[in-house]
Amino acid sequence: MTVQPPLAMLAELTHRCPLACPYCSNPVNLQGRDTELDTAIWADVFAQAAELGVLQLHLSGGEPASRPDLVELTAAAAEAGLYTNLITSGTGLTPKRLDALEAAGLDHIQLSLQGTSAALADRIGGYKGGFDRKMAVAEEIKRRGIPLTLNAVMHRLNMDDLERAIEMAVEPGARRLEVACVQFHGWAAESRDALMPTREQTEAAKRIVAREQARLRGVLAFDFVPPDHYADYPKACMGGWGSTGLNVSPDGTVLPCHAAESIPHLRFDNVRDKSLREIWYDGAAFNAYRGTDWMPEPCAGCERKEIDFGECRCQAMALAGDPAQADPVCRKSPAHGRVTRILDRLAENDSVDTLRYRRYPARADMRQE
Amino acid sequence: MRLELAPAERPFLPRGVRMARDRVRGGAVLLALEKAIALDAIGEAILSRVTGEATFAEIVADLAATYDAPEGRIAEDVQRFFVGLRARRYLEVRS
Repeated sequence: MTVQPPLAMLAELTHRCPLACPYCSNPVNLQGRDTELDTAIWADVFAQAAELGVLQLHLSGGEPASRPDLVELTAAAAEAGLYTNLITSGTGLTPKRLDALEAAGLDHIQLSLQGTSAALADRIGGYKGGFDRKMAVAEEIKRRGIPLTLNAVMHRLNMDDLERAIEMAVEPGARRLEVACVQFHGWAAESRDALMPTREQTEAAKRIVAREQARLRGVLAFDFVPPDHYADYPKACMGGWGSTGLNVSPDGTVLPCHAAESIPHLRFDNVRDKSLREIWYDGAAFNAYRGTDWMPEPCAGCERKEIDFGECRCQAMALAGDPAQADPVCRKSPAHGRVTRILDRLAENDSVDTLRYRRYPARADMRQE
Repeated sequence: MRLELAPAERPFLPRGVRMARDRVRGGAVLLALEKAIALDAIGEAILSRVTGEATFAEIVADLAATYDAPEGRIAEDVQRFFVGLRARRYLEVRS
């Protein structure tokens, strides 16, 4: 198969974050500050990415504003000709810093929303005062006219507030809203029972999105990632493994997706040792599930194999114990019964389990600061 | 909200949306909010005439003259293209 150049790169500048959301997409083994790539290496990685064909760069974390050199990194990305997007909770974005980011050439901000009220948002984020700070940042972004996406991460505890979340995107003038249901990898898997939406919530969310999308056409663009446990066919994860995007973690490890490190047999390359080009085209982890040759049945003979590419390898790992199997979320998967059993058990039990917040291990050398 | 452009309205690419050359794949791309859209020759021809000054009618007339095609059909194609972009907030208009 012909490997196409990547379109997008997610740069996880740091795993440090003042929030502790229980569904954080960072791996359970968080990297400490001492392992992070320095400014010069990141700048070189951005230039390599642009030469490789990347057009969109997402500066993410953790909280990317935890990096003191965020403005320099943004300038380096803009210099490389990349469309530069900052994915943030808003914490640490002072008006002065927003001025500097604008001057450095930042194109767009994606602001996350943990909940529609201070009480819920601060409970989910595990950070008191976070919601009020976020609202102040949203106001500053609006005043400056910085293009804005609101990213509402939805789950059992906040999905009933979807209509309010949509209003909260329109109010600061966001042009785009992501309604992204929690993906159950890493940290989120540990709080799955508390975060898994009900079937009723999922159906209601689909109806609300369809209605509001029509009503707000030309005002707010929607991107909706429904909870795939209730779908007949799951999402085409990453548009197919190693096909369009790559992630660079804080220490320079290059991953095909956020959760790829949950697949134990994969070996990942690092930008400190190899060029991004070598890693993308020849890296063992990127080639492991590229295209369709790796597929077992029922994927290999499925008419949807070029649509959803066997779906999510990490979910196959988590639910079936084998990353090379069909994603059990697919109703054709021989392991689909595991998904229906989880959902049936949850439907009978509405007691909300406790959330497990994202935390660094309590070791002196792994402290956040 | 009505997304079709009136003849005298002037379309423009808002902040955060721009056309760029794709150095690796060739051709033009529209870079927008967390999306990159490869433009075909027609899309590029239309968007290269979106200056913020030119009206919808002027853009259509220019394309019809350049490609020696009937204005009615060009207007339909351009309108459809613009409406699609406006639905995603990639294009705004001023009168």
